[in-house]
Amino acid sequence: MLPLIARRVLATIPVMGVVALTVFALLHLTPGDPAAIIAGDYAAPQDIAKIRSALGLDKPLLTQVGVWLGNVVRGDLGTSIYSGLPVTTLIAQRVGPTIALTLFAMVFSVAVAVPLGVWAAWRQGSWIDRLIMLLSVSGFSMPVFWLGFLLVWVFAIQLSVLPVQGYQPMAAGPWQFLRHLILPALTLSLVYMALIARMTRASMLGVLKEDYVRTAFAKGLAPQRVLLGHALKAASLPVVTIIGLGFALLIGGAVVTESVFALPGIGRLTVDAIVRRDYPVIQGVVLIISGVYVLLNLVIDLLYVALDPRIRY
Amino acid sequence: MSHMHRRTFLAGSAATAAVAAAAPYVHAQKKGGTLKFVPHADLKILDPIWTTAYITRNHGYMIFDTLFALDGNLKLQPQMVDKWSVSANNMKYSFTLRDGLKFHDGQAVTAEDCVASLKRWGAKDAVGRLFMASIGKMAPTDRKTFTIELETPFGLVLDALGKPSASPSFMMPARLAATDPNEQVKEVIGSGPYRFVKDEWQPGNKVVYLANKDYVPRNENPSGAAGGKRVLVDRVEWRYIPDALTASSALEAGEVDYWENVPLDFAPGLERNPNVTIFVTDPRGSQGILRPNHLQPPFNNKKARQALLHMVDQAYYLQAVIGSAKYYKVCPGVFMCGGMPYEFSTGAPGKQDLDRARRLLKEGGYDGRPITVLDPADSPYAHAPALVTAEMLKKLGANVDLQAMDWSTMVARRGKKEPPAQGGWNIFHTWATSFDVMTPAVASVLSGAGDKAWFGWPTSEEMEKLRTAFTREPDAGKRRQIAEQVQKLAFDEVPFVTWGQFVVPGAFRKNVQGVLQFGATLLWNISV
Repeated sequence: MLPLIARRVLATIPVMGVVALTVFALLHLTPGDPAAIIAGDYAAPQDIAKIRSALGLDKPLLTQVGVWLGNVVRGDLGTSIYSGLPVTTLIAQRVGPTIALTLFAMVFSVAVAVPLGVWAAWRQGSWIDRLIMLLSVSGFSMPVFWLGFLLVWVFAIQLSVLPVQGYQPMAAGPWQFLRHLILPALTLSLVYMALIARMTRASMLGVLKEDYVRTAFAKGLAPQRVLLGHALKAASLPVVTIIGLGFALLIGGAVVTESVFALPGIGRLTVDAIVRRDYPVIQGVVLIISGVYVLLNLVIDLLYVALDPRIRY
Repeated sequence: MSHMHRRTFLAGSAATAAVAAAAPYVHAQKKGGTLKFVPHADLKILDPIWTTAYITRNHGYMIFDTLFALDGNLKLQPQMVDKWSVSANNMKYSFTLRDGLKFHDGQAVTAEDCVASLKRWGAKDAVGRLFMASIGKMAPTDRKTFTIELETPFGLVLDALGKPSASPSFMMPARLAATDPNEQVKEVIGSGPYRFVKDEWQPGNKVVYLANKDYVPRNENPSGAAGGKRVLVDRVEWRYIPDALTASSALEAGEVDYWENVPLDFAPGLERNPNVTIFVTDPRGSQGILRPNHLQPPFNNKKARQALLHMVDQAYYLQAVIGSAKYYKVCPGVFMCGGMPYEFSTGAPGKQDLDRARRLLKEGGYDGRPITVLDPADSPYAHAPALVTAEMLKKLGANVDLQAMDWSTMVARRGKKEPPAQGGWNIFHTWATSFDVMTPAVASVLSGAGDKAWFGWPTSEEMEKLRTAFTREPDAGKRRQIAEQVQKLAFDEVPFVTWGQFVVPGAFRKNVQGVLQFGATLLWNISV
């Protein structure tokens, strides 16, 4: 197992390198000029040129990429063109809300969707199956921002039981922390819940037709034991894949959710940086997120081995 | 100093006394608490000299103080200055600071700090540059006094020191003012009514200010950026909420107190809420600007630019962009309307005349090539007028290339001087607050300095002569005459076309009291 992990971690280096170069090239090919944005609407063109020069944005692209990669290798992701704060500081400020939101949404989704998917498969064709699938199609089809505003209107404006926006860290108290996350996590998890429920159902339907499941039932085992102890374990590989890939979806969805609920997370940091062409921040965030994706894939591969002893790398 | 007479000082003092006497200060507001404020943009840049962005200017007003300031009636009043004098020939000024001025690091504000701050500001700001170019010597004479000796006449000395907007001449410690003006200062230390809490600053989310307990406000009533800056709350939190619906909901739910800029489609909903007050903080508002590119055909020809002038029906544009008549007004003048110091109708075109516009466009040599209109779709006050202009140009028989983009792309694209087919442009739209267009000196859109002029690069020696004469003229009456000539010339040469004047309201909850009216958002005198 350890050689596998070492091999895979080493394999991430060229992947990250390609990602870094691609992002750098894409960003600098995109129109936009941070110096013009910094200078403000009524700055004279010569002032904008001076700022561009002071920021090193007038240097050849190859020089800029060389400087940036050199710094990245030393663990320095650079500083924001606007605030002058280190990119690592900005990411550290924002990572807490995004982790809290995605984990909360993930736990919530899995806890609800997997049992629903198993139940729907077990009752295939019944009204329960149809209801669950109807709900999952609806959940999958609902735009995140629309659902978010709907939940805000009901729970924050009409019922006044939950806050409209904002984030409180755990240090502010567990209840403050949780109540600020309930609506965003619910909003974010609904799509994901629908996806997991459908995948669980589909995977379970395949497994429930297997001989060993039929044998287990024939032996007189309780349905719960057959479903959860035998079938679900075998059906879990695609579900685990979806859960892993779903983290990527969640991070993508977090961009919208964080904007709707004014959560100061990585998603909003990225959008703000893109809008203003804050190159170091965009490059730093994309590099970190791509690293997270690569690591998540590694974790999923390792889980495969744990769930199915037949799998060997 | 004995040879200097006290004319200006007496005039200034009298004006100050009049403000104080007219509205004696009655302290009925409660103290303490936190003001939760939703700004119009995210504060990412902390140095108000480095950028002309309005959000950083507003931050500057929290942290820094100015030597002079405009009051609510656009009259200059002393702020950090206690007394000043000017020589009979208007060539030598002396300024003495008030007692008790302290920076947030505990150091006293000295004349040396002010001289250094003025030099840094003067290297960057357009009016500041003109001011500095006219100065022969500027130096402290003691810890609280400094003098300015002019080499060439400059009639706007006090106006420059009290310039209200992008960028005001904020005072900072000399050690920070020594920073290259093209680089940001590393620390945020001023002598203003609030202190910046750097540890709690989260760009894109939150900015925190604490009341500066050492601040000594003037005795006069607060009025605009002048008078006593009394801090009635302990703490101000700027909470950046990018989504308008979320900001509106947060205000209605009482999670925030004050929302700086309410998009106009949200105003009717908030007006129905008895716990919320809709309030126009800047009654003079902003001027909509249509800017043609003077380097590229057809608008390198004066007649084609005049066609734009006769094409624009302000009421039509404003209805499309703003919608509600109570938030806009048709204004013929280039220096805006509604109690503005240089408000004229001289030379203004009459009603929209499309036939005349068509004829002028043809006489201007328009050959049917596409007219590229930049359309920043993420900016409502630039997007909607772009759509209207495209429609109007089509009515004139023009071939229009409306190019949608985001604001960031637009600000980069408008800097390109190449022909539209090679990445340039013909027309873009923007807007400016009254402080940035109200005189010939501050209105960048009027500059005729060619390559050095603002984007669009008009060349007009006559305009530059008039603008220079305006800045040099010490007599207010004569300055007014020059400003009128500037407007007349502007309607002939058409450096830009205004598509109207509008205000953007703010909204606050009923617990918020004492919000000041001004062209920049000011957060002193407010209690919650």
